[in-house]
Amino acid sequence: MELGKDLVAASATPLVLAILAERESYGYAILKRVAALSGGHLQWTDGMLYPVLHRLERQGCVAAKWGVSDSGRRRKYYRITAAGRAQLAAQKEQWRVVDDALRGIWVKRRTT
Amino acid sequence: MTPAAGSASLEQQIAHWRQYLGNRPAMQAPDVAELEDHLRDQVKLLAAAGLDEDEAFFIAVRRMGNLDALSREFAREHPERLWKQLTAPAGDGDAAAPAARAELGIVIALAILAALAIKIPALFGLQMNGPGGAFYARNAGLFVLPLLAAYLAWKRRAGVAAWTWLGTAFAAAAFCANLHSFGPHSDLQPLTALHLPIALWFAVGVAYVGGGWFAAAGRRMDFVRFSGELFIYYVLIALGGGLLTALTLMMFRAIGVDAEWFAQGWLVPCGAMSAVIVGSWLVEAKQSVIENMAPVLTRLFTPLLVLVLLAFLATMAWTGHPVDVQREVLIAFDVLLALVAGLVLYAASARDPLAAPGFFDGMQLLLVACALLVDALALAAIARRISAFGFSANRVAALAENLILLVNLAGVAWYYTAFLRRRGAFAMLEQWQVAYLPVYPAWAAFVVVAFPLIFGL
Repeated sequence: MELGKDLVAASATPLVLAILAERESYGYAILKRVAALSGGHLQWTDGMLYPVLHRLERQGCVAAKWGVSDSGRRRKYYRITAAGRAQLAAQKEQWRVVDDALRGIWVKRRTT
Repeated sequence: MTPAAGSASLEQQIAHWRQYLGNRPAMQAPDVAELEDHLRDQVKLLAAAGLDEDEAFFIAVRRMGNLDALSREFAREHPERLWKQLTAPAGDGDAAAPAARAELGIVIALAILAALAIKIPALFGLQMNGPGGAFYARNAGLFVLPLLAAYLAWKRRAGVAAWTWLGTAFAAAAFCANLHSFGPHSDLQPLTALHLPIALWFAVGVAYVGGGWFAAAGRRMDFVRFSGELFIYYVLIALGGGLLTALTLMMFRAIGVDAEWFAQGWLVPCGAMSAVIVGSWLVEAKQSVIENMAPVLTRLFTPLLVLVLLAFLATMAWTGHPVDVQREVLIAFDVLLALVAGLVLYAASARDPLAAPGFFDGMQLLLVACALLVDALALAAIARRISAFGFSANRVAALAENLILLVNLAGVAWYYTAFLRRRGAFAMLEQWQVAYLPVYPAWAAFVVVAFPLIFGL
């Protein structure tokens, strides 16, 4: 199953924020986590994660700093900020509304 | 394939990819580093799953996505990057950063020195708006140009010989400028003030090419480009400075304090000197970053000047009015020829020497031809009445400069014609122009050194 482009784009922000809410992370690990969470169904083009991260950084939802990876390479780490947590809560609420509405109609139809 | 050889080829591939990415204006070095970190993780994982390095690299790059789409996304997120920035890149970990900081420090120090230099004569009682004004005019170039030459010589890592030459040249200039005390109404005073900066600008050129003007064939045209860009930057800085000055005066007037002494005595002269250094630094910093402006202006003004000259010639033919030989006429035609020579020079500096002749080249030749014709009419009028004039220092200088410019433009016309008729390469025209350049400072130096001796004081 392949997800539509718009849906993938729309879900990117809450997913990234939620993953960073768990702990500080970096691009590649975030992608791996997304793949694991969705059972491999949510496949992003790898590079596209970075503009999303940069947008969140500009909006102040995440903060970035350069560190060093285990193998000694320079690596950019991201962590969620207070504004990011507020944004995540708002997103959660919005997705719950969408989820409720869809469930309401789909579950009813299945039971009738 | 041995593992070592495989790694080498992987490194090579990654280096290629990195370079390809780095060429996109929307992506900057930190972004590329971040993406590279990702790519290496991906390659490592795929290699651990049993793929060989080539395959792993190929798949990792594929997964990264279409680079055009990716750089579009980056551009959408960082639109400001498409407007190239003048300031030195922040680039954490940039290898060039310490050198750039050192240069900035030197530029600031030299700019402050230039601002102070113009105030030194005041310590000895020479005020700018008073009898000391003539001293400032004579020495105008000597306040800042030695500092500019020092900056450029430092930047080019000029050798001892070049430093010695520059020091001697500026010392000799200072000596010649102040050797004679001209009378208050002497023609020689403004002549020296006008010609000394031209001669000194050549010394700046020597510093710019790192010493040895004649040895540095390729760098000479770069100096021409540098001069044009510096002029444009200087005008821009001057506009900003004028605004700042007006604002300062207005604000202090609002609280009943007259700041005019500060603006006239400090802000304007010190700013004018520092701006030369700062402008040069900006030109140096951005030369590879932004399209050069002077050639663009050249393209804009060449057709307009052709129209003006054609209208002038047509009007003269129609009305039959001869050129009215007034005192300032020669100067006016000198300025016209200098302008045309400058336009042609800057057009040449931006042109691809290998490109075939085009419409704009025809326009250039037309411009030169019109200017030569107009100047010939003026010179003919002057020649008819030269006996009535007598030879003053002013007239000799103006006439000689007219001839020097005339020879320059005649050469340009000659080589342009040959080029348009496909009998010569454009490079020959460029060579002629660059080779002719030292004639101007040589004549200027002659005026400064020899005219006081010839025409007395």
